[in-house]
Amino acid sequence: MTEIFHYTFMQNALIAGILVSFAAGIVGSLIVVNRLVFLTGGIAHSSYGGIGMALYFGLPIFLGASLFSVGAALLIAVLTFRRRHRSDTYIGLIWAVGMAIGVIFTDLTPGYNTDLMSYLFGSILAVSREDLWFMGFLLLLVLLTVHRWYRPILAMSYDAEYAELRGIPTRRFYTLILVLSALTVVVAIKVVGLILVIALMTIPTHIAERCTRSFYAMMIFSGILASLFTLVGLMLSYAYDLSSGASIILVAAAGLGLFEGGRTLIAGRS
Amino acid sequence: MKLLEVEKVSFSYDRERALEEVSFSLQEREFLAIIGPNGGGKSTLLKLIMGQYEPQEGQIRVLGKSPRQAREEIGYVPQNTHVNLEFPIRVLDVVMMGNPKRHEGQTLLERLFPIRYNEIEKRCAYSTLEKVGMQDYLDRRIGDLSGGQRQRVMIARALCAHPRLLILDEPTSSIDAEGQEQIYRLLKELSREMGVLVVSHDLSVITRYADKILYLNRRAYLHDLQANPIHLDTPEGEHFCEVEMMQMLGAQNCNCELHRDSKESS
Repeated sequence: MTEIFHYTFMQNALIAGILVSFAAGIVGSLIVVNRLVFLTGGIAHSSYGGIGMALYFGLPIFLGASLFSVGAALLIAVLTFRRRHRSDTYIGLIWAVGMAIGVIFTDLTPGYNTDLMSYLFGSILAVSREDLWFMGFLLLLVLLTVHRWYRPILAMSYDAEYAELRGIPTRRFYTLILVLSALTVVVAIKVVGLILVIALMTIPTHIAERCTRSFYAMMIFSGILASLFTLVGLMLSYAYDLSSGASIILVAAAGLGLFEGGRTLIAGRS
Repeated sequence: MKLLEVEKVSFSYDRERALEEVSFSLQEREFLAIIGPNGGGKSTLLKLIMGQYEPQEGQIRVLGKSPRQAREEIGYVPQNTHVNLEFPIRVLDVVMMGNPKRHEGQTLLERLFPIRYNEIEKRCAYSTLEKVGMQDYLDRRIGDLSGGQRQRVMIARALCAHPRLLILDEPTSSIDAEGQEQIYRLLKELSREMGVLVVSHDLSVITRYADKILYLNRRAYLHDLQANPIHLDTPEGEHFCEVEMMQMLGAQNCNCELHRDSKESS
């Protein structure tokens, strides 16, 4: 099995997997505790619009998808602040419209386009060196942001009402989290694809939340778990010639199943 | 200077009047309880005092300043402490949320990346937790505490800012009778150092601990318990309903509008 480390594309895949998983674990913690999972799902799907437009205009995929998904995140944030109780309507709307835009622009793009599936479900073996730089930059951005504003983000995530009373600009921080999750979704497109990314952001987080005593530990542990699932998933996908994104997600799901089963057993014994 | 001065404050939502010409004041080291039916304007009044809403008529002063300017002088304990019990957060972290002096004693690195607490901050958190008797729970997860313990932590969080006015919204709504008694004893103690304003339904407890009672039902009626004490002879743990309470207050020969109404009708 060690021969997989000799291929450049496999090395790139492993590095990409770790970088993206760590970012997904941290940002996933932010969206889970702030109940922004569905919102992030909407942003993830709508980012396909950016991919379609990037293909049509001949821009780099990451650039097009980043601009589009950050735009979608800001739009959802503004709409949600205006009418909080219709938030899920706006999310569903942006979700579908973004994807429709992507499909139409792909149609309009001349030439052979079979890549749709790879964006939706990931194609980690096609990660280039430039992609790695972009992923590394995003992880750095996530780490710096979370460290710089750890306390207000913690306060808001635990008790938004109180945080607001203490003068913390919660709306600005919600928007910040949404922008980070939009960018995380984009870098995760290559690894697990934009449909499966939500699982990578929530499954490790869900386990980490119950094993840790502080939010900081939760984010770190969640990042480590996500990396672990990704590595195991990649190995399996290589060994049995399976799709990498789906393998990663099912490994994560199996991890969650084991965790829950173990907990039930322990609880049953004591 | 009065700690809190509410002067002829009126407030409406759309067309519905929530508060009408509400006036009362609170001195330092006074313990005021606000009672009244649901929808009587209690939450609205709290939001006004904390500067979340602006009064449409009249004015509110906290230590001579507007509520927004006086934000640092007010400590707040919300009604619902059962929020986010799954959230991995220690008692220490919750208490530190109340600390307004974010940069005190921090080095540049700590200021840029404020993950850990320095000694000054820890000491501040420890001393407020000591005040509410929770100093041994510093490292516990907040979700593992009982309702009463959690309520104490929330009070410690509010005390962390060294407020001159402590506001609590139904602090014992989800706590058993014994825990209730302990919380009110604690509040009584705290009212030796600061003004305490509590919204509550626990009448039998209030009448033993508060200095004044404000009955709020769109309009406000103030009853001074120190001048006219009320003795509710009920078995331990039983509650008076507010109607009975107001009849009791009426019997105290208080000459305000509400009591005249209730006398005429009875």
